[in-house]
Order: sequence, then structure tokens, then C-alpha cells
Amino acid sequence: MAQPVPFVGNFDAALPGAGTEWLDRLRDGARQAYRKTGLPTPRTEAWKYTNLRRLARAGFVAADADKVPDVVTIPEGIADLTDAYVVAFVNGRFAPSLSLLDALPSGVAVSSLAAILREDPASVEGRFGDTTGLPLATLNTGLMADGLYLKLEDGAALDKPLHLVSIGRADDDALSFHPRHLIVAGAGSVATIVESHVGSGAYFSNSVSDVIVGEGAVLNHYKLQNEGPEAFHLAANLVQLADRAVYDGFVLQTGAKLARNEVRSLLGAHVECRLNGAYLGRGEQHIDNTTFIDHAAPNSSSREVYKGVLDGSSRGVFQGKILVRKDSHKTDGHQLNKTLLLSRGTEIDTKPELEIYADDVKCSHGATTGELDEEPLFYLRARGIDPETARGMLVAAFIGEALDEIQAEAPRASFLAVVDGWLERRREGQGTGS
Amino acid sequence: MSLIEIQDLHATVDGKEILNGIGLTIEAGEVHAIMGPNGSGKSTLSYVLAGREGYDVTSGQVLFDGTDLLEMDADERARSGLFLAFQYPVEIPGVATMTFLKAAVNAMREHRGESAMDAMQFLKFVRDKANALNINDDMLRRALNVGFSGGEKKRNEVLQMAVLEPKFAVLDETDSGLDIDALKIVADGVNNLRSSERGMLVITHYQRLLDYIVPDYVHILAGGKIIQSGDKSLALELEEKGYASFVGAEAA
Repeated sequence: MAQPVPFVGNFDAALPGAGTEWLDRLRDGARQAYRKTGLPTPRTEAWKYTNLRRLARAGFVAADADKVPDVVTIPEGIADLTDAYVVAFVNGRFAPSLSLLDALPSGVAVSSLAAILREDPASVEGRFGDTTGLPLATLNTGLMADGLYLKLEDGAALDKPLHLVSIGRADDDALSFHPRHLIVAGAGSVATIVESHVGSGAYFSNSVSDVIVGEGAVLNHYKLQNEGPEAFHLAANLVQLADRAVYDGFVLQTGAKLARNEVRSLLGAHVECRLNGAYLGRGEQHIDNTTFIDHAAPNSSSREVYKGVLDGSSRGVFQGKILVRKDSHKTDGHQLNKTLLLSRGTEIDTKPELEIYADDVKCSHGATTGELDEEPLFYLRARGIDPETARGMLVAAFIGEALDEIQAEAPRASFLAVVDGWLERRREGQGTGS
Repeated sequence: MSLIEIQDLHATVDGKEILNGIGLTIEAGEVHAIMGPNGSGKSTLSYVLAGREGYDVTSGQVLFDGTDLLEMDADERARSGLFLAFQYPVEIPGVATMTFLKAAVNAMREHRGESAMDAMQFLKFVRDKANALNINDDMLRRALNVGFSGGEKKRNEVLQMAVLEPKFAVLDETDSGLDIDALKIVADGVNNLRSSERGMLVITHYQRLLDYIVPDYVHILAGGKIIQSGDKSLALELEEKGYASFVGAEAA
């Protein structure tokens, strides 16, 4: 059977920056590559557990740049950050009226990628990462039109988090969009970025972020995937960490019908890379977290803790690959995936993969899957706590341990609130017997 | 009406009979001790009373304040005023001790028709009791029993008993794993909770604990039933002669 190749019909659209030679070449090359591979099927090892058949069949049409729905307020479900800059997108297009970008500190520039591609494409030439082996990210390169462009000059510091809010909105047709975010953090710069992905209706968000972290820079990057129940969310986060960079990444996935968040991280020397996450699934949701950590230089550490709770007949996937190249001595890699299954119909596929070519390294990985333990449950009940509350406390504690990995306090608190809300709805759902 | 009446209690674990007809009545204000060798059914008795799953009562009954205890779930029993101090308190990562105590206390208060305590009220309420047991704020902030020493875990059990103010408490080998200083602190904590309103059942392997928590009555448990009862001197006699002479006499 031929691979499904949807979305090629969108290749005719005029895109910002068209006519710029390197950009045309990049997009054309990506389109050709995508035409060859099409959407991945489960026969591809990396997509064995996440089947895109439903995506291929959904008949998405491109969300037009000139028909962006008029969204006047940011919908509920985003991370609750009171003190933050906001850069908002509706169906992948920059929405200035929903954004809050006044008084950015010096050395920090935020704009829409569309504007940059139109007005100053040379400034982003060579910044877009290699998407070989990532068919959807390659499709994104072929279709990229807009997104966030954040540039921190060397030594610049963002004084409060930048909140990227992505709103999907499909009222009639099922819509697809392919946002491309480019984050360039100069040497010694410091920033916190929080992403919230929300929306309503049947839409497909195929986003790619290129995150380039300079020498000694510190970047906190936290993502909340809380898309609407009819949404497809596929994202690739391509992270390059120069020597001595510190990256604290966290992905909380709780929305969408089908979601996959893929992180690829390339580490320089003396880097501290933290890729952590949590996932909360219910109903028929399918949530995939796939990570690849490339220890390409010595003396770096990576830490990966992913914890999930699956309810209903939801399904989770965790694929974590760590590659330690030949000369990457003194690498310290730690990976852990734990999943709590709250009902019988759930499934988790977890695949740790360590590939180590250097001798002097410290690497560990572990994966556990199971139900709540009886012993702690009995202990709580023996103190008068009713079984539902006791279970809720234990589930919250389980996920809370993953959220503790988030280094920045306000984003951590806002993500905890999302988890609490999820647990609360779960309890209420049980109370009404649904 | 007695505080607790255990009548001809038989119980099995994995199909094996462990309790073989226990009868015991405890009045409010009394402290009873049950002593017995390993495998005599001491811990099974405490779990059966607390309502742990997997312990099947095959016959007999337990009346707690006149109501059928065995009909209630574990959490209902606790809310009705039964408390088990665990031999091996469970470590629960991610749940702060203080959060846990608050959930437990407010569950009790709700059961009694009282309003929940606010954070400040609760902090003061717990701190006073915690100080008496040498438990500092740091311990209260830490995850429940995680990384606690044996002594800390047992002090934490007594603290829970102090804040939950049960009518009837079962102390399951509260002395196990304690050095003499820790034992004194724990015993003082327990003694402070003795009152004319409250009954206690102290389960232990060794007489040593009973030097500090002096019981009104002592019972010897062997083969799943009480083979002899007496006052505190029975414990001393047992210490002197050893279990074998008592158990052997029963068998003969």
C-alpha cells in the first residue's frame, strides 16, 4: 500500500519570503522529501506505536492566512501566568491584538516569523534545523509561513516569562496549520518560555520549534499541550545546546485526540540538559512523547523524567533514545519513565533506547507501569480518608514528583494547577457515574 | 456498653486460619497488652481490626461502641474513632506529612459535623503536639515517612494518634526498631494520650515496652487465641520464663 501523502495540495500557496533564494530552496527541498516519504506509517520504527491513519483520513484543509477567525479573548485552558509577556497565534498566525509585548528588555526582540521572512530573511538564514527522518517536521519546513521569532542578544535577560499561546479554532472545515517557531538565545542570555496550546474544533497543529541556545545561556522551556478534544497535535522541538548551556525543558500533555511531542536535543560540552514531562490521558486519547538526546561532546549531563497517568481507554507512548558518541566521555545520562494506569482499557508503550560508544560514562534508565499500590492506599484509609480522596492524593503525588522537576516557580505552579484541575474533573466525572 | 468487644474471632489469610477464636473486651480508660511469639497472630489481629483487605473474618464479631465494626470499611472505622499505629508505617513520596495530617483531621471533623480547620489553626494545633514528640517543622514538611528513621516513623504514628484523638487505639509493635531514647519519647507520647475516655491495645513481642506503657491487663496470644490473661505481673512472668513454658503448657 502506498504511503498516504496528504497536504501536498497546500504546496501551491504563496508563502511569506517566497522569492528569497535560500528559503525557496529550503522549502522546495522539504516538499520533495515529504512527497517521497509521505506520512509515516507503523511500519516505520519511530512510528510503530502512533498511527496517523486517522489524521490522513480527516481531510484537513489549509488554514488560510486571510481567513483567520476573529478571536477576541484568549480561551481557557492556558497556563495561568499573571506576570508574563504574551505572544499569541490563532491557527498558526501571529495575533497582535491578543499579544502583550510592551516594554521588552533591551537585547530581546520578539516578532512574527512571517514578518522576518518578508522583511529580513537574511537574519534567519541557516537557522532552521535539519528535519531528516522527521516527515512531519519536513512537511512543516515545506509549508512554514508564520510563528514566533525570539532573539536574545548575547547576555540579554528576559525579566519575566514569554508566554507563547497557540489557539486552534476550526468552526466548519477541519483545518491544518504548520507554525514554525525560532528561538535564538545568544551566549550568556537567560530566558523562560512557556507555551500553551489550546483550541476548539477539528484542527491539526503541526508545529516545529528551532531552539538555538548559545554558550553558557540558560533557557527554561515549558510546554502545556492542552488542545481541544478533536485536535491533532504533532510537534517537533529541535534543540541545539552550545557548550555550558543549561536547558530546562518540560512538556505537560493533557489535550488533543492524538498528540505527539518529539524533542531532539544536540548537546555540546559541559551542558546541562533536562527534558522532563508528564502526561494525563482519558477517554480515547493517544499521547506520545518521543525524545532523542544526542551527547555529541564530553562532560555533559542529561536528565529525563516522564510520568504519566492514563484513565479510560487512553493510550500513552514514551520513546526515549540517548546517544553517547565516541568521544563524549564523562557523560551523565539519566532516564526514567513511570506510568500509572487507572483503568483496565489503558495502554502504555515505553521504549528506552541507549546507544553508548564512549567508555567513561554514567547512564541509567528505568521504566515502570502499574496500578496504585494497595499499601499506601490502606494507610491513608486507616486515617479516615475516603478511598476516592486517597486515590486522588496518591495520583497527584505521583504526577507532582514529575512537576517538581520544573525549575521555575511560577510556571511550575501554573502546571500544577492544570494537573489539579484534571484530577478534580476526574473525581467529578466519577461522582456522576460517567 | 464496652468500648470494644471481640467475640470468638476467627480469621484467615490466603485461606490459612490465623486467628482461632479470640475473645477480648476492653473498656474505656483501660490499656490492654497482647504479647505473643512470632506467628501467633498479633499483626493479623491488628489488621483485622483496622479493616485491611485480604484478611477474611470467617466467624465471630467485633462490637465497637456497640456497633458492628466488621461491617465498616477501613476509612469508616477510622472516622468512627479506631486507630492503628502501624508496625511498619508506609512511605508515601509526594505527599507532605502536613498535607496528609490535614486531610485526615478534616475527614474526622467532617464526620463529626465540624467545619474544616484553616491553615493557621491547623498549623498551631499540630505544632504543639509535634513539639511534645520532638517532631520539628522540617519533618512535617517532608514527604510522609520518606527517609524517616525508624524512630521518626514511630513518633509520627504517635503524632497522628494525638491529632486524630481516637476512642480506641491499637499499637502494633510500636517498640520494634527503637532504641531506648526513642522508646521513651514514644511511650511518653502514648501515656499522654491515656484517658478515661480512651482504650488502648498494645501489641508487643517484648516486655520492655510495658515498663514504659504500663498496662492494666496482659494477654498472651499463641496459635491465634488468647491462652492466658492477667495483670501486668503476667508480662514479667513471661519475660522470666519465656514463651515456651506458656505455649507448652497450653499444648499439654
